[in-house]
Amino acid sequence: MTTITTRESAEDQGVGVKKTGGFTASAANYIDERTSISGAVKELGRKIFPDHWSFLLGEVALYSFVIILLSGSFLTFFFQASMAEVVYDGSYAPLKGIPMSAAMSSTMDISFDIRGGLLMRQVHHWAALLFVAAIGLHMLRIYFTGAFRKPRELNWVIGFILFILAMAEGFTGYSLPDDLLSGNGLRIIDGLIKGIPVVGTWVSFLLFGGEFPGTDIVGRLYSLHILLLPAIIVALIAMHLLFVVVHKHTQYPAAGHTNQNVVGYPVLPVYAAKAGGFFFIVFGVVMLIASLFTINPIWNYGPYDPSPVSAGTQPDWYIGFADGAMRLIPTGWEFVWLNHTYSLNILVVLTVVGLFIVTVMIYPFIEGWITGDKREHHVLDRPRNAPTRTAIGAAGVTFYASLWAAASSDIMATHFHLTMEGVIHTLQATTLLGPFLAFFIAKRVCLALQKKDREIVLHGYESGRIVRLPGGEFVEVHQPVDEYERWKLVSYSDFKPLMLRPNAQGKIGPAEKVRAGLSRWFFEDRITPVTQVELNQAHGDHPAEITDK
Amino acid sequence: MTTIKTPRARRPRKTGRRHPLASVALIAIGLLFTGGAYVAFSSSTAVATTDASSQQTIAQGEKLFAANCATCHGLSAQGSSEGPSLIGVGAASVDFQVGTGRMPMQMQGPQAQKKPVQFTAEQTAALAAYVASLAPGPAIPAAELLDAAGDAATGAELFRINCAMCHNVAGAGGALTEGKFAPAIENVSAQHIYEAMITGPQNMPVFNDMNISPEDKRDIITYLKYVEDNPSPGGLALGSLGPVAEGLFIWIFGLGAIVALTVWITAKSN
Repeated sequence: MTTITTRESAEDQGVGVKKTGGFTASAANYIDERTSISGAVKELGRKIFPDHWSFLLGEVALYSFVIILLSGSFLTFFFQASMAEVVYDGSYAPLKGIPMSAAMSSTMDISFDIRGGLLMRQVHHWAALLFVAAIGLHMLRIYFTGAFRKPRELNWVIGFILFILAMAEGFTGYSLPDDLLSGNGLRIIDGLIKGIPVVGTWVSFLLFGGEFPGTDIVGRLYSLHILLLPAIIVALIAMHLLFVVVHKHTQYPAAGHTNQNVVGYPVLPVYAAKAGGFFFIVFGVVMLIASLFTINPIWNYGPYDPSPVSAGTQPDWYIGFADGAMRLIPTGWEFVWLNHTYSLNILVVLTVVGLFIVTVMIYPFIEGWITGDKREHHVLDRPRNAPTRTAIGAAGVTFYASLWAAASSDIMATHFHLTMEGVIHTLQATTLLGPFLAFFIAKRVCLALQKKDREIVLHGYESGRIVRLPGGEFVEVHQPVDEYERWKLVSYSDFKPLMLRPNAQGKIGPAEKVRAGLSRWFFEDRITPVTQVELNQAHGDHPAEITDK
Repeated sequence: MTTIKTPRARRPRKTGRRHPLASVALIAIGLLFTGGAYVAFSSSTAVATTDASSQQTIAQGEKLFAANCATCHGLSAQGSSEGPSLIGVGAASVDFQVGTGRMPMQMQGPQAQKKPVQFTAEQTAALAAYVASLAPGPAIPAAELLDAAGDAATGAELFRINCAMCHNVAGAGGALTEGKFAPAIENVSAQHIYEAMITGPQNMPVFNDMNISPEDKRDIITYLKYVEDNPSPGGLALGSLGPVAEGLFIWIFGLGAIVALTVWITAKSN
């Protein structure tokens, strides 16, 4: 530190030095002398980011969030988070003179009487749907490429918490207009809470300030929606990005990509320009959708009234899996004990969905424990090279998708001319059996693809050219794979099941046995990468290849 | 025309058929005639229903009934194992079922489906007259209840409370149990909507005049016609199906477009 100080003071003394570089240079110098920002620019500007479309999905989520913040701020100027009863007197004729809450009335005004209000509402809502969808796709990319492995386990957890918070943001926002749809959604939440034994009713009364719906809930959700949740999300996004910088970005296996380097473009100037431009592209897409397509037409739903429920009442897509889980529960799953009703139909859903969420959140630690892999990984796995993980992922996706699809059981029934019961029973089956089937199929497909890769590395591609050798033998000429491609095909780590090892006391504990069993299950079916020896032998075996050269 | 012989006759004539607004007037007259003819034509069904009690119409209806309906409903509309008795269902029921093409039924199923109408308006009226002559029942509603000029706000509220749980708040339809469904109410005539309410076709309950007064029914029709005539202010409505359609849209078209753009942005230049 002292040396730096002396150097700076030395520069300061050089008053007579002639300035060069014009306005930009002097402005940059002015800022740098007061903020020392050049260190950060030097560090971040030289940061390398690999270029792949799937690495932009997280960016899409981030940009959607920025769009949500901008449009949401606009909406707060006009929205009144109050459940005080007013009589609507705006432009929309079919609601004129109808008593409703100030929240609903102000949302109607935003939609019909405030310039640009409807567009902003639609931008906000569409961006919210895109936000969660982009997070989902981003998570799938991370999962299937194994990007959550050491040292990125904690960042996976942060990202997953962001996903949950995004859903919470979405749900609180969905409930704010106090229209029929949002009130129905809240009623379901109320029912879920009341289904919890002992504390349910108390929690519900606490949340709603008395009997549902009360006059408090919109104001409370509003505080959560615009203050607490966004603050936590912003903080976690900052941590998430900080970790990306600290860990450096992962890259796909390719020639020259190793665990020690990152191959790509530096942030400045190319990547920053691309990423900055991409923000406007995402904004443009959201704007286009919002200006052409209606979302959440609250004027159709009308003000909330506990008696009506519209056909086709569903939550926004990201809550669909929870709604679907409840639709899939068979009728009559409840019992009475000691004069209290125990609603298994709700408790089972809460338990299963809760377990699913927790399992996904801590998956990196589970896999790390099973594989015993403590190495750092900066090169991604191709999904086929981790067959069991990919298969687990496929099973999880099938499970989630079945629950999700169940949320639209009524729409499927009407639009495909099916019976509601048929749809529900089919989805019950796919929820329970589908994951096993998906696991099996995905694993076999992965192994088959690995075998194909191995075959290509060892023998090249079939060229379809048949050559007759001098001895009369017919052989097909194989086109050998080029070196760049071969790098991708052979560079993955080979795992073996863990060996059972006794601990310091010379005993093998039950936990170790379970771990060894799981490890065997994880790795028993595997295709080892081609070694140099095998490669050399394979080439020696093929005179046709040599003649071809 | 009287101006022809005035001293100013040689100046270009701005009156009579040369008047600048003459073509506008001509179009207006033409429209008036076409509209008038259309009104006369469309009200001819109403005329046909008003003289529904004439013995000649009933006799024609009876013949049509015997030829087209009696297989299932019985020769004297007493019903059979294939179809219910029609004694006392009233003219409104016949006008709805036949007028929307649901009857004669294409096939037995969870419920009769809409299909192209099989009978002319006159034949439908004759059938209705015949069935109405068997026993008293709900009559075809008067035209003043169908003008869709009531209070849309009251209608919307009544619709949400009484109808939306099956038909969806925007009348987009919804699912019922065992393959039955509440159909969409878009492009259904006011008369058929009214008749459906008073007769309760298929799985629909009857909303009689004690339940929802005729004026309230008129308000409901007013609301439905408002929704039909006013496109969604937010843009394309995606079927007014609610969040499922929106979620499907954002995943396929929204995220699809975004992913295509990410591929484009990261594509290596040649």
